[in-house]
Amino acid sequence: MAAEATVKQETHSANMWNGGKSPFNVSWGKMMMWFFLVSDAFTFSTLILAYGTMRHRFAEVWPKANDVFTHFPFYDGHIPLAYVALMTFILIMSSVTMVLAVDAGHRRDNKGVALWMILTIVGGFMFLGSQAWEWYHFIHGTPAGAYVMPNGEVYKVAENAYHLHHLNPPHDALVSPLHQVVSDKAVIADIKSKAEHIHGANLTRNEYGHPLFADFFFFITGFHGFHVFSGVIINIIIFLNVIAGVYKRRGHYEHIEKTGLYWHFVDLVWVFVFTFFYLV
Amino acid sequence: MADHKNEPHGYYTGDIHNQFVVEHHDPKSKKVIWKTFWILLMITIFEVGIAFAPIAHDILVAIFIVLTIVKAYFIIAFFMHLKHEEKSFGYTIILPFILIVYFIGMLITEGNYISMMGGIFK
Repeated sequence: MAAEATVKQETHSANMWNGGKSPFNVSWGKMMMWFFLVSDAFTFSTLILAYGTMRHRFAEVWPKANDVFTHFPFYDGHIPLAYVALMTFILIMSSVTMVLAVDAGHRRDNKGVALWMILTIVGGFMFLGSQAWEWYHFIHGTPAGAYVMPNGEVYKVAENAYHLHHLNPPHDALVSPLHQVVSDKAVIADIKSKAEHIHGANLTRNEYGHPLFADFFFFITGFHGFHVFSGVIINIIIFLNVIAGVYKRRGHYEHIEKTGLYWHFVDLVWVFVFTFFYLV
Repeated sequence: MADHKNEPHGYYTGDIHNQFVVEHHDPKSKKVIWKTFWILLMITIFEVGIAFAPIAHDILVAIFIVLTIVKAYFIIAFFMHLKHEEKSFGYTIILPFILIVYFIGMLITEGNYISMMGGIFK
């Protein structure tokens, strides 16, 4: 009882800050990982805020995410949000396997750590594959495509405007940048004669609307995907160390915690990307 | 034996600083992990579910932002264990994000001026 009180008193006394001990009770490496994540979170915040500002500026001609990301593997139709919800589920799941690896490390269970790490790596690859699939569809676009006027206005083909489906526009109609249905045959012919017919999106053109949408999509999801990719590489290195028994010999599994922090951060960023790119 | 019991449980990091880190092991940790998982999954399903509900767009956006912050809290607090770290460390990590709130305020102000001017970007 007395000894316990002494330990408690010492933890909260000013002596903790005199050096030789960690006042935060974290190792140097773990604290630096946290500080790196804070700086990385600032980078992602500025990217998402820049996206928000431009989206607000071009609100009236900004594409609706539900018209853009409507594909699902092995299904030939429009189901918005389903695929990205699946990607979110994969990433949350891999976060769970990661935290279970950390938990196994606390119990000094080498086999458990190895098992949960390999599942985390599999989850990471599944997410990267999903992202590649989504990029592929965004870059290649729809068979119907869209018409870009010389002044940059994008006239979508009605069948690509999912949110207009309940209005049942005629199939050969066009949708103006301000989401109005253009069904007059003479006007459509005039637009088609002046405009350029494009499919999909790249850094300068976007079949779904304003090109900045594509720029931000490629940059933010690309930057996040690069984080996932480097996370998977780091996880593989740590996994190989676990197999080789490095942490068993060291007596603690703090490295799993550090990579775990990075991996959860990647999940955390995705939560924000999911909200601001797909839901809002 | 009694002395050993009173010694804080932990490990030496083994790096150049070789600090002693106290470990608090929670026997219910697995339960907390799965509970957090179900909360995150349910919130995500709920978000996808109400995305097409006939709710005013501004209210929907507000709901989504609040739920995103709730999800972020659960990830940071339980998956990243920040809730179980020293309080002073938690504040060190979280308080800098006040700057981001300030930044949002600046961008909204600036964005409104850009709109008033008819846009300097085209």
